[in-house]
Formats: sequence, C-alpha cells, structure tokens
Amino acid sequence: MTDPATDPLLEVRGLRTVFHALDGAWAAVEGVDLSIARGEVLGLVGESGSGKSVTGFSLVRLIDPPGEIVAGTISFAGEDLRTASEERLRSLRGDRIAMIFQDPLMTLNPVLSIGEQMSEAILEHRQCSRDEALKEAAKALSRVGISSPEARLKQFPHEFSGGMRQRVAIATAMLNAPDLIIADEPTTALDVTIQSQILFEVQKLARETGTAVLWITHDLAVVGELADRVAVMYAGRIVEIGPVDAVLDAPHHPYTLGLLHSSAANVMPGQRLNQIDGVAPRIDSRPSGCPFRPRCPRALPVCAEHDPAPTEDGARSFRCHNPVLVGEAA
Amino acid sequence: MNASTSVPIIELRGITKHFRRKPTLAERILMATGRGKAPPVLRAVDGVDLSVARGEVLGLVGESGCGKSTLARIVTGILRPTQGEVVYEQRPVAGLRGKERLDFLLKVQMIFQDPYASLDPRMKVSRIVGEALSVHKLLPKAEIDGAVDQALSEVGLDLAYRERYPHQFSGGQRQRIGIARALAVKPDFLVCDEPVSALDVSIQAQVINLFMDVRARHGLTYLFVSHDLGLVRHISDRVAIMYLGRIVEIGAAASIFAEPAHPYSAALIAAIPSAKRRKRAFEPLKGELPSPLAPPPGCPFHPRCPQAMSVCREIRPALAEISPGRSAACHLHTAPEAA
Repeated sequence: MTDPATDPLLEVRGLRTVFHALDGAWAAVEGVDLSIARGEVLGLVGESGSGKSVTGFSLVRLIDPPGEIVAGTISFAGEDLRTASEERLRSLRGDRIAMIFQDPLMTLNPVLSIGEQMSEAILEHRQCSRDEALKEAAKALSRVGISSPEARLKQFPHEFSGGMRQRVAIATAMLNAPDLIIADEPTTALDVTIQSQILFEVQKLARETGTAVLWITHDLAVVGELADRVAVMYAGRIVEIGPVDAVLDAPHHPYTLGLLHSSAANVMPGQRLNQIDGVAPRIDSRPSGCPFRPRCPRALPVCAEHDPAPTEDGARSFRCHNPVLVGEAA
Repeated sequence: MNASTSVPIIELRGITKHFRRKPTLAERILMATGRGKAPPVLRAVDGVDLSVARGEVLGLVGESGCGKSTLARIVTGILRPTQGEVVYEQRPVAGLRGKERLDFLLKVQMIFQDPYASLDPRMKVSRIVGEALSVHKLLPKAEIDGAVDQALSEVGLDLAYRERYPHQFSGGQRQRIGIARALAVKPDFLVCDEPVSALDVSIQAQVINLFMDVRARHGLTYLFVSHDLGLVRHISDRVAIMYLGRIVEIGAAASIFAEPAHPYSAALIAAIPSAKRRKRAFEPLKGELPSPLAPPPGCPFHPRCPQAMSVCREIRPALAEISPGRSAACHLHTAPEAA
C-alpha cells in the first residue's frame, strides 16, 4: 500500500477523446489532467456538452466508435488503463472500478431479479457460493437504507421506485468494495429529499471504506456539500481544479465565478440573477483561443489568440489569461 | 403582495382530480361476475383550495408525484377537475361559453417543462408564435407578422430566426420561443410548469431573468411550479408546498423559508444543496413519497415525519391558518393542548 497523499489512486494526463464525423474529428475532451487519491471525492462539474461524462466514460474506456481516445495516459493504481487489454479492463470494471449512471435502469437488467443481478456481480469476480453472494447482496442493500433486503432481493427493478433503484445501483457498485466509483449525474433525476439520502450514503462509503469517488454533476452546490476537491469543465477542458473551499470561496476562473454568481442564493429574492450571457459553444464551432472568451466579461485581446495553459498555484490550477484574484469582486 | 386584501385572478375551490385506469378485459369479466374489484383510484389532487392574487407570483413546490403538475394543468383548463371549481375573475370556468371561454383560455397561458416536446417540430418559429393569433382571428392577417416580431424581440430572440425550425435552437432558445408564444396572445396569467429544470445552470439564470423582466413589463401573474426551492424562494411572493395531492403549507415566501411550520417544509428546505455549505453531515429525511394509490391513514406525511405523534396516525390534519396569511396542515399547530 502506498501513501495516498503522495501517490494518487487515479492519475490522468493529457486525456483527449474525439468523435469522428464526416467533416472531421471533434474533441469532446481536449487534454484533461486530473488525479484522485484513495478515499477522496472529486466533483467534476460542467454544463451539458462540456465533456464531463465523456471524461468519466473514457477513464474506463467505455467509448464506442465513432468516439475514440486518441491521447493521454490513465494510470490507475500504477497500471495504464489506456493500453491495458480489453480482458483486463473487463475484470477491473465492476470490481475495482464501479460506475453509477443517471438512469439506474441503464445498470439494472429488467428481466432479472435484483438478487440474481447482484449475486452475479459478486460471482463474476470472486470464488464463493451463490448463497454467500446473496447474503452479501442483502447486506449491501441494508447498508444503503433498504429495509427487508431479503424480500427485496426477490423483486424486479420495475417494482422499485426511482430513488430505490438508484440505491440498488449504488449497492451493486459497492458490492466488491471498489477502489474507485465513477458516478455520472446519479441524483439529477431524483427529488431533493432522496438526493440527500444518496449523498449521505456516498459520503459514508468514502469515509468508511476508503473508496475514491468521481462525482460528475452540473450542480456546484452538490459538489460543495459532498466533495473534497472540485474540477470545473468547459468545452472539453478543465478550466479550474482545486480544493472545494478554495475554488468555491475564491474562484480564479471567470466561468466558475459566473456559475457561482448565477445561483439564486447569491442575490436578494426578487432581484435579477447574475446571468452568464450567451451559450456554450458547440463541439464543432469552438472559438479560437480561450473557448470561454465570447461569454467572458474579463476577456482580453490575448484571449482570442492563445488558449491559456494551466497555471499552477499550490494545490490549485486554472486556465485563464485574466484570472479573478482573491479579494477582487468580479 | 397580500392575497387576502386584493382580488384573486384565479381561485381554486375544493379541487380534486382522480385518475382511474381502465379495467382490463379480465378485470371486466371478473367484475361482471361479481368477483373482481375496480382498479384503484389515484388521487393526484385531493381537495385543494388556492387563490392567486392579481400581480403576485405564487410558487408551487413539492416532490415528483405530489400533484403539482396536475394542479397546474387544471388551472389552465387542460385537465378538468373531478370535483371542485376553478374560478377566473369571479366566474366559474366550467360555466364559461363561447367568447368568454376563449377569453379565459387565452388570458391564462402555460409554459411547459420540456422545450423539446412542447414545440411542433414541423412548424417554423413564426408560425408557432403566430398560430393562436391567426386561428382565433385576434389580429388582421397583415398585422400578425408585426406581432410575432414584437413577441420575439421581447424574449430576446433575433428576428432573423423567425423562419427557422425548433431543432435549430438550443434548449434555452426554445424555452424563449415557448414564452414568446404565450406572450403573443397578451395573457394576464402564466402557469409555468418547471420552466427551467431542463436547462443548463448558466442558461437557467437567463430564463429566470426573462420571466422577471416580462412580469415587470406587463404586470403578469405567475403560478410558478418547480421542485427547485432555491429558485422558488427567489421568484415567489407566496409559496404553497404540496405533499401527496394536498397543500400542507402556504404563506409568504420569506416567512416560510425563514421559519417553516410544517415538518415536511422544513425537511425540503434543509435538503436544498448550497455551495456555501461544505462537507455537510447529511441527515436526510427517511423514506420516500408513499404511493398515491394507497396513501397512509391519518396525516399522509406521518411515516416520514420526525415529529409524528399518535394522533398523526389516525386523524388527518386540515389546512388551518396558524398566523395571518399563513396556513399549515399539521397537528403540531392545530391543537397543541389536546395532543
């Protein structure tokens, strides 16, 4: 076992994932660097089309043509997943690395009982009897707050409500005590009270088992409450990354600041919200230089010329020619 | 805005909406032989009284399945209530005929949640926005183009877009088209059903600002339905909180958010995520919304309520005024001595 503080569980460098089209290859992920330590929750925040989900899927190489990972290294516990064999990845997925999706029906098979699919997830990766597997599945269900788990194991996905299904998906992801969980908008479709319950379970899991979590979401507020560090994505790039307190209390990138300021919690009721004008560029028509430039209130002439390189600042990093400094009010 | 002193633009009196599945063939045969039971009734809305004063924004919040969208559809006349009446400007809507009914339908417009499903993909923007004007002959043909242009510029859409189709627009722009369509017929009252929940965060603020601008310009009244309590607090004068087909608390937005009276309101407000709160130790509300096909006896919230008492399991609390302009349906507030 290595020291988690100095040796990250997952380290991604220069990840680039493109989608091939008739008129060329468009980069959904344009050079992403990130790392996650054991037991750490990293929130990956972005709007639709920012490349956050493609990043998550790229980490376990779940990218089908016309998509292709064309550059970068994905080092997981010292092993490069980009060059690993398909067979090796298959044995890692669902065992050391688990995924949770926005729609739990994507993970759950509608024609198998919950018990069958949960025990299958165990038997696929471990030598044990079916009864032992079912017992463990029942334990996992009660851990995520599902009552009478033995009876629930005999039921089918359609017999569960949306929140319950997502809990089953999380319990299934946790079965083999994975090192890393990649969660793609797992609470976006759920009500706030159910979202609170799920966040509670995930937080407990990370604390108690040392599982690292990549939490992909569009909601900065959820990240603030859940994560240790946050990465903000825009147009395929991580434009700002760092500890949650630092980034959310004093963002350097104007986009992060804009997202935080546009929340209704930032102005008095009835006042106009601080909106970010314009829309995010489409993948095939990103502007030259910094992709946020056309919407940016702080844009300089240089922003049209060069895409800013990451600036390191202790534990933080951001990509901006004219960053917001601490104490400066937008 | 004080609802009790001003004239309501819309009043709901004892609105109930039941949905019942059609019995299957097998069920019909069993019923005919006296052995089967009719399919259960789903009480989507169960006895709601509500009034919206002219010029105010009433926020309607609750979790999915609580009946808020059904209620919104009843207000606009898309659905007919099973029981109770909708009163528009002091006149029951059910009794309106001809020109008066058309007037109600045009003055009360709806903005839908899904900007992808609510625009006809085969119509150009100019036709979508101008359709009601030409169908109901509200304007002479020659003036419709100008009215469409005015509605489009009002919502911040470039007039060059008028001959485009919905698929050529982003979600935020489509929602603007939906708002332009509603504004084209000069409504008094907009029923907005989750109007920004399908939009990206940075676009939500743009559309919310548009709603606030439009309201200020035309003195509109809104029924703003949403599950996003942060937005509702921001935009609403008053808030009604629904649970399982009923209103459990209603009152001024500022006072409800500052001091919720109903334990369910308190739980909802506590569950709003906030970027200012870090590494929270979550203490979530237990359980989920019960099935409206089989609501629990007594107070429908009692199985999840941290403050449930024995009376809550037996008697359903009525919505009662607890302070001026503020009502709650909870035994904690109705008869503390008796409990």
